[in-house]
Amino acid sequence: MLFASQLSSQVAAPTPLAMLTKDGRRALAVTLVNDQEFVALDDLSAAFQLTVRDDALGAVTVFYKGKTIVLTPEQTLASVAGRLVSLPSAPTRAARRILVPVEFISRALALIYDIRLDLRKPSHLLIVGDVRVPRVTVRYDVVGQGGRVTIDATPRADSTLTQDGSRLTIKFDADALDTANPLLTAQGPQSLIQDVRVVEPATLVVTLGPRFAGFRSTTQPVDTTTRLTLDVVAAQTDAVAAAPGAPPAPPPPDLPPAFGQPASIRTIAIDAGHGGADEGVKGPAGTKEKDIALAVARRLKAAIEGRLGIRVLLTRDDDRDMPIDDRTAVANNNKSDLLISLHANGSVRSAATGASIYYAAFEKDATAAGTAPRAERVPTFGGGTRDIEIVTWNLAQMRYLDASMTFAGILQEQFHDRVPLATHAVDRASLRVLESANMPAVLIEMGFLSNADQEKQLAGAEFQAAFVQAVTDAVVTLRDALASQGAK
Amino acid sequence: MTPRRIAEVVGITVVAAVLGWVLFVGLPRWYAARSARGSVVAAPTAPVTAGRKIKVRLFYVSEDGTRLVGVDREVPFGEGMDQAREIITAQVAPVIEPLASAIPPGTTLRSLFITAHGEAYVDLSREVASAHPGGTLNEILTVYTIVNALTANLPAVQSVQVLVDGKEVPTLAGHVDLGRPLVKNLSWVQ
Repeated sequence: MLFASQLSSQVAAPTPLAMLTKDGRRALAVTLVNDQEFVALDDLSAAFQLTVRDDALGAVTVFYKGKTIVLTPEQTLASVAGRLVSLPSAPTRAARRILVPVEFISRALALIYDIRLDLRKPSHLLIVGDVRVPRVTVRYDVVGQGGRVTIDATPRADSTLTQDGSRLTIKFDADALDTANPLLTAQGPQSLIQDVRVVEPATLVVTLGPRFAGFRSTTQPVDTTTRLTLDVVAAQTDAVAAAPGAPPAPPPPDLPPAFGQPASIRTIAIDAGHGGADEGVKGPAGTKEKDIALAVARRLKAAIEGRLGIRVLLTRDDDRDMPIDDRTAVANNNKSDLLISLHANGSVRSAATGASIYYAAFEKDATAAGTAPRAERVPTFGGGTRDIEIVTWNLAQMRYLDASMTFAGILQEQFHDRVPLATHAVDRASLRVLESANMPAVLIEMGFLSNADQEKQLAGAEFQAAFVQAVTDAVVTLRDALASQGAK
Repeated sequence: MTPRRIAEVVGITVVAAVLGWVLFVGLPRWYAARSARGSVVAAPTAPVTAGRKIKVRLFYVSEDGTRLVGVDREVPFGEGMDQAREIITAQVAPVIEPLASAIPPGTTLRSLFITAHGEAYVDLSREVASAHPGGTLNEILTVYTIVNALTANLPAVQSVQVLVDGKEVPTLAGHVDLGRPLVKNLSWVQ
């Protein structure tokens, strides 16, 4: 044996590589030799169906489906299918086993293997094939008396956030997470965030401190990263306010003054357009608007209720006929603070694509027709009279036009980079479902079902998740804006 | 029966037959012929000048599908409501490529009426709703094709309400409010 065996006394047992495949996770032992990480070639052979031939001159040849890797004793160069690649160390032997540096996997084996091999050495992960393992980093910054947790997932991965007592659970749409250890440096006992840890396979658990009072979350894409931001606020206690020697803390700049108080949006009505015999637009492949609208409405309800704790009503939760005026009546009768009507568009021109947001338009003659809001004096129970404003039911939206227009603009902003927009992204029209809504109201056309590419997109989970995320974030922004106005 | 009695019966029968013919055949024929001559002269729907045409602007869907485009066309000349009928009849007629119409195929004009206040009521056949492919934008373009075709070409028409199969309807396909007359809106035209 020509490979050096004098190193056996320096062998230690470091963290193994976690090999992640579609079938699950398994450990691949790592051996430290002179502070260099090695893996045993026979372990790789078993894991990747390799054949290893150890010839008399000390060279080692690795075979995989007719392709070869040739390793030479005391040489850091390997021949991979006729091409020379450099390894950080030469192969070695320990306890009658041939050891190769872990980089052998990414620099040599990956070149001849027919499934993608992604070695992430810092986190000791070896990802085999199409397994979704986003890198997740967590940062915590103190902001005034509150704090901000920034969680980045790269490449982009959606997540759902739930609160259970003093824990926030963030479940990623992934097979595993690639995280540093520890995720977060140790925090003091008074910190709003005590700890962040991974629960297999793809969940983060944030442990909240005793001063935690509330939070809000926003999600936005940043290049190839999905950034989840948690703004947490502390309970207002005299002890904190009167802490000796503590300088007065400025208010958190990114939090509205009314944050933590009852939200200004308590109920949202989501209207899944069409239904029953009214199928709406039908795509070239047969996708029906009524089905897309209902699927997205259900997703949106789950996201808003789960993330924001806002009550959500669906005007319909199954495939049934529903007169258009009944939809608005559901929103009005339940005192909804916002109405979102979901649709998919259609055009006789197949080129038309992209999402549009509509808010109501009233024509000048509506007021001329004597239907404008007017004051009327009515008697009260205690005697005397008071003036009440009479609004014709089908013009109730008139007083919310500014708020509806603002929300349409917020949606357009949130759709940017997440939901493809039409040429005219925001429009106003005399839409019946909006005109009698006694609350801010918009109708969203998610895209054109009449376009074959968009039909596939609209029916896909990826688009629907991105759309729901964008609308949820828009609701957060509107809620904050309303709360700010209320506090002034 | 005496010969005299027989002659009386025959005479009465002949007089009754002549009277019956005059009442039930002769008079109706004469009256119908006179009415027919009168209706030709007074027919309100007949064009004043046969064969005369005027240029109007009709509306079709733009190439990108997001707006309407105006296209000049010649239609038969008519007075008042007749002109409105000619315009809508031309507007709902099928087109060939590269034009594309926002009016569903099979749609026809059933009737049209204009009030003294300039409100036009356009009654279209049921196909305008039953054959509509749906979508907010599609429906907006359908409605404003009709509204703009009248308001842009006939200054006397201030607003238009679309009726379907003789009835007022909430919408054509679940979006645009048709419960009241709509005014000209050129923001939907490129």
